[in-house]
Amino acid sequence: MAVQASALVGAPVNDAPGLLGLSGFGFNRAQSITFLVMLLLVVAGPFFLYPVLLMKLLCFALFACAFNLLIGYVGLLSFGHAMFFGTGGYLAAHAAKVWGLTPELAILVGTAFGAALGAVAGWIAIRRQGIYFAMITLALAQMVYFFYLQAPFTGGEDGIQRVPRGALFGLIDLRADMALYWVVAVIFLAGFLFISRVVHSPFGQVLKAIRENEPRAISLGYRVDDYKLLAFTLSAALAALAGSAKAIVFGIATLTDVYWTMSGEVVLMTLLGGLGTVFGPVAGAAVIVLMQNQLAELGAWVTVIQGIIFVVCVLLFRAGIMGELGRLLKVRL
Amino acid sequence: MDTILATEDLTKEFLGFTAVSGVSLNVRRGSIHGLIGPNGAGKTTCFNLLTKFLQPTRGSIRFDGRDITGMKPAEVARLGLVRSFQISAVFPHLTVLENVRVALQRARGRSFDFWRSDKVLGQYDARARALLEDVGLHTHAHLLAGELPYGRKRALEIATTLALDPVMMLLDEPTAGMTHEDVDRIVALVRRVAQGRTVLMVEHNLRVVEGLCDTITVLTRGRVLAEGDYAGVSRNPEVVAAYLGTDPAISGAQAHG
Ligand SMILES: Nc1ncnc2c1ncn2[C@@H]1O[C@H](COP(=O)(O)OP(=O)(O)O)[C@@H](O)[C@H]1O
Ligand SMILES: [Mg+2]
Repeated sequence: MAVQASALVGAPVNDAPGLLGLSGFGFNRAQSITFLVMLLLVVAGPFFLYPVLLMKLLCFALFACAFNLLIGYVGLLSFGHAMFFGTGGYLAAHAAKVWGLTPELAILVGTAFGAALGAVAGWIAIRRQGIYFAMITLALAQMVYFFYLQAPFTGGEDGIQRVPRGALFGLIDLRADMALYWVVAVIFLAGFLFISRVVHSPFGQVLKAIRENEPRAISLGYRVDDYKLLAFTLSAALAALAGSAKAIVFGIATLTDVYWTMSGEVVLMTLLGGLGTVFGPVAGAAVIVLMQNQLAELGAWVTVIQGIIFVVCVLLFRAGIMGELGRLLKVRL
Repeated sequence: MDTILATEDLTKEFLGFTAVSGVSLNVRRGSIHGLIGPNGAGKTTCFNLLTKFLQPTRGSIRFDGRDITGMKPAEVARLGLVRSFQISAVFPHLTVLENVRVALQRARGRSFDFWRSDKVLGQYDARARALLEDVGLHTHAHLLAGELPYGRKRALEIATTLALDPVMMLLDEPTAGMTHEDVDRIVALVRRVAQGRTVLMVEHNLRVVEGLCDTITVLTRGRVLAEGDYAGVSRNPEVVAAYLGTDPAISGAQAHG
């Protein structure tokens, strides 16, 4: 769907160059500082909050960043990203439990399958525009959901349970939460920086040109569908990476992660945090995950509250948390 | 005659309305060919057909010895047939320099490199600046393209197109809406860049057409009404009538010519 990344456009901003070599990821000064703050929070976090909660947060943050790569920088609204998140989870869980692979290999397997599914789903979907693109991704995700519901290896309604965390490279035991936390933190940070690099790469420059004026890009000889497909595949792979990590963290892969509500949740996180902003998806994921944790005893009401947040966002804070904050401080975040 | 672009019976119907009707066009290699005609004559539709942005209802197109009728627009561009748009087509939130680099990147590689920093695109800066200098935009290199005045946007568009070193350029009303000064600049530019390539241009300003074009095709209601050099075409009574009947501003310029 053609969505303007409103946070990228508008009032003049202070775009001083980045710090500490972070400009290699396209960060300006404000973004470099925000990154360092985020780094600090990631490192200090487990000393203040439950590591498992934080790992969940980081997995969802990476998932939202992957989704944002597609909508914020290519302008494509996927309403089926749960299929990649869930595929990562199922495949990583299966690889770790049944094949007995070490966790890093299991996560790699999940990511690879997510990328492959992304290439196929993307190939089918990207030739459609606007709402049709969203509908096709949703339809494909439903098909994938029914596949996992029926497939013998997924355990149906029960999912794959008691997935061992194993030992990293077969050496470092990850059964302790703190040990696993650092692995997840590295995965999140690497994924986050990778996305920033993609956006500020020669390829990212072409994506920007396509989003700004697609007919002109075509007239310059760009086969634009190839670029959209690569972006879609990268986004799917990263979503699957997040899902794989989550399955290893919780030792379980279930239908929840491939269900359409999960696709909706990642849209909400990204919108809440700020579509097309660098840090918005992380902020949005943090708010939603922490809120779900606080309000867990309210049961179904959580969904209602999320719905209200969604409506408020759309009506009042269209640029999201980071978009509005950036507007206030006159910087890009 | 060495024909670079030839169409045969080119026809485009929109829901029963025929916008382009049986056009057989022959553009000579190395020439500047003008396509003129009143508003709604089908000139832009012709450009869309030639560059494959539209699929013809009937007819065929040959470019540089190849049948391109069934090709996709990006493939046609890769063969060296590159168009501009009637409504100026720049990438507004890219800088002027980046606009040109996007074209260089396509022609010279690196457009799929997603793991590298975009700093590697600096390798194209020298060439991009040279192209900008060519169109008088080198002092504007770091402005956002969207902030340029209209005439400068058209110049940027031409620089971007030239970055692909096209065999043939299609320019859709390159001087429309420009001040006198800008028009002169564009005319000089087109004449210069036409060295060693072919240009097909839609143009309303008949003085520009007279000054630049070797051959002129007149289109009305989707059909070719006349073809020839400026002197021949402007003496054609049907052409005069067509212009008098539709656009007094142009027929004024016509009388002047
Ligand atoms: N996509 C379209 N659908 C329907 N009619 C169109 C379309 N494009 C152009 N036309 C019609 O075709 C005719 C020729 O248009 P155009 O080629 O833009 O003329 P020109 O460029 O000579 O002014 C006009 O009557 C226009 O309304
Ligand atoms: Mg036109």
